[in-house]
Amino acid sequence: MDITEYIQLVFTDYTLRTITLGTAILGAVTGMLGSFAVLRKQSLLGDAISHAALPGIAIAFLITGSKDSNTLLIGALISGLIGTFWIRGIVTKTHLKSDTALGLILSLFFGFGMLLLTFIQKQPNANQAGLDKYLFGQAATLVESDVWMMAIVTSICLIVLLIFWKEFKMLLFDADYTKTLGFNTKFIDILITSFIVLAIVLGLQTVGVVLMSAMLLAPAAAARQWTNSLAMMVFLAALFGAFAGVFGTAISASENNLSTGPIIVLVASVFVVFSFIFSPSRGLLFKQIRFIRNRRDLELNKTLAFMHQIAETHEDISHPHAVKLLNNFQGYTRSTLQKLVEKDYVQINGSMWNLTKIGFNTAANLYTKQQTKDE
Amino acid sequence: MSNAQLEIQLIASVVAAACAIPGTFLVLRKMAMISDAISHSILPGIVVGFFITQDLNSPLLILLAAFTGIITVVLVEYIQKTGLVKEDTAIGLVFPALFSIGVILIAKNANDVHLDVDAVLLGELAFAPFDRLILNGTDVGPKSLWVIGTILIITISLLIAFFKELKVSTFDKGLAASLGFSPAIIHYGLMSVSSVTTVGAFDAVGAILVVALMIAPAAAAYLLTTNLKKMLVLAISFGIFSAILGYWVAHWLDASIAGSITTVLGLVFLLVYLFAPSKGIIAVTYREKQQRIEVSLLTFLLHLKNHDEVSERHVKHLNEHINWQKVRSKSVLDLAQKNNMIHIDNHIVSLTSKGNEFTSKAIDYIITNEDSQIEDMKNDFFLFRG
Repeated sequence: MDITEYIQLVFTDYTLRTITLGTAILGAVTGMLGSFAVLRKQSLLGDAISHAALPGIAIAFLITGSKDSNTLLIGALISGLIGTFWIRGIVTKTHLKSDTALGLILSLFFGFGMLLLTFIQKQPNANQAGLDKYLFGQAATLVESDVWMMAIVTSICLIVLLIFWKEFKMLLFDADYTKTLGFNTKFIDILITSFIVLAIVLGLQTVGVVLMSAMLLAPAAAARQWTNSLAMMVFLAALFGAFAGVFGTAISASENNLSTGPIIVLVASVFVVFSFIFSPSRGLLFKQIRFIRNRRDLELNKTLAFMHQIAETHEDISHPHAVKLLNNFQGYTRSTLQKLVEKDYVQINGSMWNLTKIGFNTAANLYTKQQTKDE
Repeated sequence: MSNAQLEIQLIASVVAAACAIPGTFLVLRKMAMISDAISHSILPGIVVGFFITQDLNSPLLILLAAFTGIITVVLVEYIQKTGLVKEDTAIGLVFPALFSIGVILIAKNANDVHLDVDAVLLGELAFAPFDRLILNGTDVGPKSLWVIGTILIITISLLIAFFKELKVSTFDKGLAASLGFSPAIIHYGLMSVSSVTTVGAFDAVGAILVVALMIAPAAAAYLLTTNLKKMLVLAISFGIFSAILGYWVAHWLDASIAGSITTVLGLVFLLVYLFAPSKGIIAVTYREKQQRIEVSLLTFLLHLKNHDEVSERHVKHLNEHINWQKVRSKSVLDLAQKNNMIHIDNHIVSLTSKGNEFTSKAIDYIITNEDSQIEDMKNDFFLFRG
């Protein structure tokens, strides 16, 4: 199936359209809220919450007996929130550190959830099959009403984000200052955390409890590399998330036996790796290039300084010297010398060199004034 | 109790003990979430190892999968070192990616792999006794018991051999380094043991519940003691206790053994969290309340000492002046009277000689910035605590 055919199918086929739209919206909302989680150093909170949501799903099913995804997600939301606040309780009230608290809640809630799931499976209730789709998610089970639900929650998130933008931003970067200005930091904190929980719960059906945290982190971590502005980062993260959803769905639809959740996560991870390497200001590639260039500059300057030292001993600064003099000197190579000639700092006549007027002045001021960029 | 039941409980207990030892150090070194990352990311290692060996209990598979665990740790540290993201984000990025690869590998080869995703998450403890190790034609017990038993013995011997090094490097990295213990070797040694244990336990309890067995007993023990040896012993006991009780709960509910072991662990932690003698929530809340009242008492006594005027020392006035609620001022007054710090004469409060002495000492300590001494002094003066 080629790409145009696939795109046509996305617009005509009900299932494919629903899934593509669903994963795209999901990616956008998790990317958006994930930016806050990443910047607040709560990256692993998402992991803990998504695992902690599992018993909520099972209990909601045990109580209502219905498999309606909205009912189950409310259960997930409640148990996710309980997990979140218990983590807080452990960190503030005892000397256990946050990593221990996260690991505890994550594994204990998840284990309890698995106990309930296996318990439900043994029940004589024909309706029980399919609850385990929440483990790894099954995008194929998305229906239009789920997508509507996601869209509504996303727009609520967006509205709240816009209304409280200033507060969120301030709390993010200077919590103490926010408090002294008289904002109710506790309320803002709970608001943003609750929305993060909401976004996670929303994705459980599609991506599953185990991999949900990556949906939160990966787009945000990728977006972080491209910008230093919060608004831009949130926007980019939403964009990356949405694209991860669309591409992931496309890849998993193109072959059999590929579940959507893991593929989306892998696509998002590819975005992250790409951003880590190729981001112009923070990326590893450009950092390395800058590093090499700086080193070359330094070598150039060293050679120039050395030449200046020799030239200084003569009345006439353009007095020629043998190139041989420069041998055994660290910064000197044939190419650095060539560079200096290109810059008009040095003139070469046969095997002799002499500093030019410009070169002499530059060298004299090398360490005393702010250098304008050399290359 | 049948033989198989006994064997399951034995395996579960050995797994719990083997997990509790590295878990204790992970909790103390604030690296608990690394165990979560390792337990997820060994999945591709296990799948690839399974393609090669076709046997979930083969030592080669365990080493291969444990190697994936080490790769995770190295990868996390590399990403962290680039400074592009924080440490926790680095962990959160690496393991879902590796886990996804594992899940996809399983799904793509579902036909020829005797591994399914449920088993990955939950393990197959109930079936463990059926996979026997047969040596020279004689049945010497379940394979997984031998695997995890070997791991436990290796872990314990490493623990005994390097106890001192581990202890020093856990609590004082700088001292350990200056004494000549390489922090890197200890760090990666611990990571290797954690990875191997995770892989060994994986077969019995599944990828995610290993994390519970590592962290929960250690965390509960940490709330009860500050002595490393006691903490290790307590963690192992909690683990074994939960393993056995969890088995019987599962038996009764007819549900997943691993799930119920975790649930029991959760209950054990909850009980300790609430009722631990000095660090539990109830004890902490009580102590906070006590200290609040005692601080109020001190403020009150200082106020009395500052003012000789009768009007400032009238019971009614105190409510307005220090701006306390009625109930609060009453409890503070009661406490002061019970301790013979004040006497109330015709609604006028004044310090007794004991109260006077206490307050002067307290002022001295406050002026010389030795506030912590006041806690000790309270023991000398107070008959009743707040």
